[in-house]
Amino acid sequence: MLAYILRRFGSIFVIMFLASIIIFAITQFLPGDVAQLVLGQFATEEAIANLREEYGLNRPFYVQYLDWALNFIKGDWGDSLVNRMPIFPMVMSRLRNSAMLALVVLMIYVPLGIFLGVLAALKRDKLPDQMITTVSMVFVALPVFVSSLLLIPLFSHYLGWLPANSSIHPDSSFGEALPFLILPAIAVALNSIGYVARMTRAGTIDVLRTDYVRAAYLKGLPRRQVLFRHVLRNALLPTVTIVAMDAGMMIGGMLVAEVVFGYPGLGRLLLYAMQNQDLPLIQACSMVAVTMLCLANLVADLLYGFLNPRIRVK
Amino acid sequence: MAICIQSNQEYRHSKLFSIWRGIRRNTLTVIGFFIVTLFLLMAIFGPLFVPYDYAEQNIEKRLQPPSAEHIFGTDEFGRDVFSRVVVGSRNVFIVAGSGAALAVLLGLFLGLVSGYWGGLLDDVLMRLMEVMMAIPGLLLAMLVLFSLGSSFYSVILVVGFMYIPVVTRVVRSVVLDIKTRAFVEAAKLRGESIGYILFREILPNVLPHLAVEGSMRFVYAIFMVASLGFLGLGVQPPAPDWGFMVSEARPFFSVAPWVLFFPAASIAILVVGVSFVSDGLRRILLPGGVSSDRYA
Repeated sequence: MLAYILRRFGSIFVIMFLASIIIFAITQFLPGDVAQLVLGQFATEEAIANLREEYGLNRPFYVQYLDWALNFIKGDWGDSLVNRMPIFPMVMSRLRNSAMLALVVLMIYVPLGIFLGVLAALKRDKLPDQMITTVSMVFVALPVFVSSLLLIPLFSHYLGWLPANSSIHPDSSFGEALPFLILPAIAVALNSIGYVARMTRAGTIDVLRTDYVRAAYLKGLPRRQVLFRHVLRNALLPTVTIVAMDAGMMIGGMLVAEVVFGYPGLGRLLLYAMQNQDLPLIQACSMVAVTMLCLANLVADLLYGFLNPRIRVK
Repeated sequence: MAICIQSNQEYRHSKLFSIWRGIRRNTLTVIGFFIVTLFLLMAIFGPLFVPYDYAEQNIEKRLQPPSAEHIFGTDEFGRDVFSRVVVGSRNVFIVAGSGAALAVLLGLFLGLVSGYWGGLLDDVLMRLMEVMMAIPGLLLAMLVLFSLGSSFYSVILVVGFMYIPVVTRVVRSVVLDIKTRAFVEAAKLRGESIGYILFREILPNVLPHLAVEGSMRFVYAIFMVASLGFLGLGVQPPAPDWGFMVSEARPFFSVAPWVLFFPAASIAILVVGVSFVSDGLRRILLPGGVSSDRYA
């Protein structure tokens, strides 16, 4: 098990290292002249030269990259160009808010997706299965901002159950924030429920066909017991991977949902940074998002290895 | 015991259910095909027949509800929403369609090369794809558009490159399976050229997967183009972009919901239509196959 964990850590580390090079190259080198981009087209030559000097933009690529990467690891993320505030605490506070949103999203779509998937598998090709498959196909492809705009009129304007705007104070506690998190979380979750349901359905159908499930039924075990002890334990294994594979999509969805609902998370901060050409803030937000995605994959790998002993020896 | 009861039931109902299932599957595919055709016709011919110029402003007639004069109403600048939605459909097809096509072509090439030759090239390519997938898609697109600046071409490029890894992996996995088959071995022993083996023996077997994959990429390209447009990073105004139209209309939602409704509904209907078609393609071309891909 230890060797497996170390191998996963090593591979994640390499991927993060390469991804950080890509992010740095895109943000700092693709624009041509970063100083011009940051200061806008009406900046004076002098201001541009000053900014180049201040940020060491005249140095070679690898020096700039190493400098930036080492500072990132040390937690020394510099100051925002717009409000001159240190970036690290700002990003961490927004990250906490995004994590709260992610928690609610996961709490909605994982149990619901699994439930619908198992239900569809048990009622295979009958009406419930048809309905679940069709409806989830619709929602999987619907952009988050479109489904939000369906949810807001229904739940906040018409029914009046939930607030349409989630622009709460960034330091609100989870309890205070929860009512404001539900609607954006549903909007993000709708994208993933169908995916989890479809994969759980496929996994469950496969397990239902196996000899050991057949044997369990023939032993005379009650249906409920077979379902929970034999079927679900094996059918849900791939779901762990599915949820991790979907993390990238979920981060993107949350980013849009935060903008739609005005929720003070990492996504809204990133868009704000882009609108204000705040390069260090953009880089910090992006790296945090990439780190989160890699961690999600790592956790899924470890969980999968833990749940499925066969994988560890490979 | 439970199994016996279940299979009896299945037997009794199987004919009825298979007919009903057939109709449903066909119905969904037919609906999807109908929607896509309608939008495609609108994209091709619509802009020739729109009643107003999509960029023509008329402040006196701002935020007017749908009427005989403006069937979808007018927006906050007094522009005709119907004309903008119709002209916008052309942009959706061109931008998302070109993006998806780019991803399919490059993905096909890389997948063939990577799968057929394997070795170091395969390792490097696959690791590169893995790294690209480690960056959330929307984030990657936003960063590139921030750096390059948003334009018609940069959005196409971004969407195309973003989906290359997914297509490459699908093609590669099919090639890995096909290249060990007897007919490929036979072609090699006959001394056929690599081009012949790749394009005449392997490619025909990749094509069904590629068609399904391509249709799915189109769904997600529309999804992505609309989301980027909504964030203000899509095709730049005054060109009508459905996503951007929705975000522009949001402040006026309570007074003029129609400005938001029509572009949002267009995105929803088109995306659902294309995914129905894609699902139909999968059932017809790849029966029994369940893709583990998110984008399937």
